[in-house]
Amino acid sequence: MDFAYLAAGLGAGLTIFGGALGIGKLAAAAMDASGRQPEAAGAIRTSMIIAAALIEGISLFALVICFILAGK
Amino acid sequence: MIDSTSTQVIVDSLKSTKSASSSDWILHHVMDGNYLDFSPFFKIYLPHFEFFGIDLSITRHVLFMWLGALLLFIVMTRVAKAYKSSMVPKGFTNFWELFIVFVRDEIAKPTIGKGFEKFLPYLLTAFFFILFGNFLGLIPFSATFTSNIAVTATMAIFTFLVIQIGGMRNNGAFGYFKGLIPHGVPVFLLPIMIVVELLGLLAKPFALAIRLFANMTAGHIVIYALISLIFVMQSVGWAGLAIPMALFIYGLEVLVALLQAYIFTMLSSLFIGMAVHQDH
Repeated sequence: MDFAYLAAGLGAGLTIFGGALGIGKLAAAAMDASGRQPEAAGAIRTSMIIAAALIEGISLFALVICFILAGK
Repeated sequence: MIDSTSTQVIVDSLKSTKSASSSDWILHHVMDGNYLDFSPFFKIYLPHFEFFGIDLSITRHVLFMWLGALLLFIVMTRVAKAYKSSMVPKGFTNFWELFIVFVRDEIAKPTIGKGFEKFLPYLLTAFFFILFGNFLGLIPFSATFTSNIAVTATMAIFTFLVIQIGGMRNNGAFGYFKGLIPHGVPVFLLPIMIVVELLGLLAKPFALAIRLFANMTAGHIVIYALISLIFVMQSVGWAGLAIPMALFIYGLEVLVALLQAYIFTMLSSLFIGMAVHQDH
């Protein structure tokens, strides 16, 4: 029985769940901080984008494994 | 030589008529290939040659990498020459000066600090090469060479070399490795710290390569998957839903193209700064 496609699909779903949760919390913290101190909004936005790209990078590691699984 | 490509044509067409699954279609467009696909009009077959068993044929990604490098060379020499007449840029030069000053002031200077000018050529080259590559891939009927793991791995290897050589030049060869271990670490932890720090040296450029490759590949796969929804559902009406969704993801891809170039350059310069000024 060939479960590779199922594994790839489940893996991708779980990965997206974790990544979206992380970036959601990050965006919430950035909104709070920007609301508290609007002058720092530019610096907060830059740090938020860097952190979001790093979190997305990690979730894409798992996505690459899912690609390899789906290609089997 | 001719019959190998013609058999490949026949095999390809047979495969496409027999088992046309949408994932084959998606992967065939996203991955590298030996021909430029302007179907349904025509296909341009690219030369295929080997060199002592190593496959050095001109593929789509190789062609677009040359095109990107040529565009980069033309644009940047024109910008550099414009500064000979006056320090105040106008028009074309002004547009590129925006990006160049952005890389210098927001990426290189804050992260590397003193002595950032030595690394600025490499950082600017990396930024604009990835930027041009990502944007070239957004043109229809083209290929994204930054979605090729070989290209991103090579760029990560270059970053790795720049980090090590920059760090060793400033701190001495042995002093650089000694400075990897933070201060005030108890002696019994030293063996594990050495292993962890050495692995960290290798893991960071590896993450750079995978991040760029996966972002570009995944974005294009999502666009193709949304378009292939029309064919999977086998009705034209689905185009009313699929095309706007694909257009939205396409807009997101433009943002991701800029962002990934910025992230690669920012992380490279962060690692260079950490290696050059090793004060924990």
